[in-house]
Amino acid sequence: MSNPLYQRHVISIADLTRHDLETVIATAQQLKREPRTDLLKDKVVASCFFEASTRTRLSFETAVQRLGGTVIGFDDGGNTSLAKKGETMADSVRIITSYVDAFVMRHPKDGAARLASENSSVPVINGGDGSNQHPSQTLLDLFTIHETQGKLDGLTLAFVGDLKYGRTVHSLAQALALFNCKFYFIAPEALAMPDYICEQLDAHGIEYQLAASIEEVVPELDILYMTRVQKERFDETEFQHLKSKYKLDASMLEGAKPNLKVLHPLPRIDEIATDVDATPHAYYFQQAQNGVFARQALLALVLNETV
Amino acid sequence: MMEHTLKVEALANGTVIDHIPAGQGRRILKLFRMSESGERIYIGFNLPSRRTGKKDLIKVENITFTPAQANQLALFAPNATVNVIENFKVKEKLTLGVPDTVDGMLTCPNSNCITATEPVETSFRVSEKEGEVRLKCKYCEKTFARDAFAQLR
Ligand SMILES: [Zn+2]
Repeated sequence: MSNPLYQRHVISIADLTRHDLETVIATAQQLKREPRTDLLKDKVVASCFFEASTRTRLSFETAVQRLGGTVIGFDDGGNTSLAKKGETMADSVRIITSYVDAFVMRHPKDGAARLASENSSVPVINGGDGSNQHPSQTLLDLFTIHETQGKLDGLTLAFVGDLKYGRTVHSLAQALALFNCKFYFIAPEALAMPDYICEQLDAHGIEYQLAASIEEVVPELDILYMTRVQKERFDETEFQHLKSKYKLDASMLEGAKPNLKVLHPLPRIDEIATDVDATPHAYYFQQAQNGVFARQALLALVLNETV
Repeated sequence: MMEHTLKVEALANGTVIDHIPAGQGRRILKLFRMSESGERIYIGFNLPSRRTGKKDLIKVENITFTPAQANQLALFAPNATVNVIENFKVKEKLTLGVPDTVDGMLTCPNSNCITATEPVETSFRVSEKEGEVRLKCKYCEKTFARDAFAQLR
């Protein structure tokens, strides 16, 4: 029986079922334990970054090469002749996808990956489309949470920082809504979780609460997911005041359960003090490394009937 | 005077859209690109209405509204009536229901949406929550209230 992602596009977390998510997690786990260098043998994968994103690109390209595939592509669409000649994105995608077995893309416009998938003869994997979706980030987060907790069901998580503009936390909350988790949202009022995400949680009957500080919820948490509050969104005094409130240091983790892990999509600036790095709770660097395994799993699944 | 014109110009064949909320008529004309058809169109704005005080009314000659078009109309004028006229008689009264999707008619209000720069037909999924119609863009996945489309086109 072929796996549920075989020859499918991976555009939005909302397209994936609980079974799809579990398949990716199990495959990532398997590939981390026993590396496979044959799963993309003789496969060529396009890695087309219409907008630069070094971290995501290197992670995807490492994943392809670890599985024995080869990569073609570009790292900044603005520098390509495609952009200079004014070809539509749809046409560029139609041509490039006729050369390759899978198409990984990042694009500054919302919805670019969906449009690309409609013009592609091979699976399209969305590596981020504007402020919309970044499913491989969500999958690596889910894989990491599963790896550290042994399960996804029934966990208690806190999301801290910019919950309004952070697509990472939106997609993660959407995905975890399928696993009956409980959430705390800790954010300045101006950066609160948007209504449409809260409505989706309501629709799934998911329990969530707003909390005023990290300390008051730490003892209950399995996962503390930190994000950065961007300076540009506030005036200077307001920002200085806020910053301290949404900043984590080691002393705040004293009452934590032993299994609590701190995650962050990186790069961090100063919202996680470096003294947290030495605690057993820090897991953000392993999380970044897991990005390669999650992306290996995605590529392996869309290009192999069975893995 | 407009009302008078409308009364005398009976329609031989075409479609009459009546009971459009006053102020929505112009938008409907644009949305359905009626003036591009080249057919004769009679338009009445702010006509007296017993039900709502004022209404807009549109008559288009030789164009027959499909049930799908009538449903799209329902988004902007849920209480409008659509009568298909054949040989001076009402051949069919179309009932309006909110459609599942609206394709190729609306511009996405999100200026960073890929549909703003690529030559592609827009597509929105329609949902209703607490009586309010909302549309979700197939591409950027953002959801908008009906009024978000008011300023466009
Ligand atoms: Zn859109």
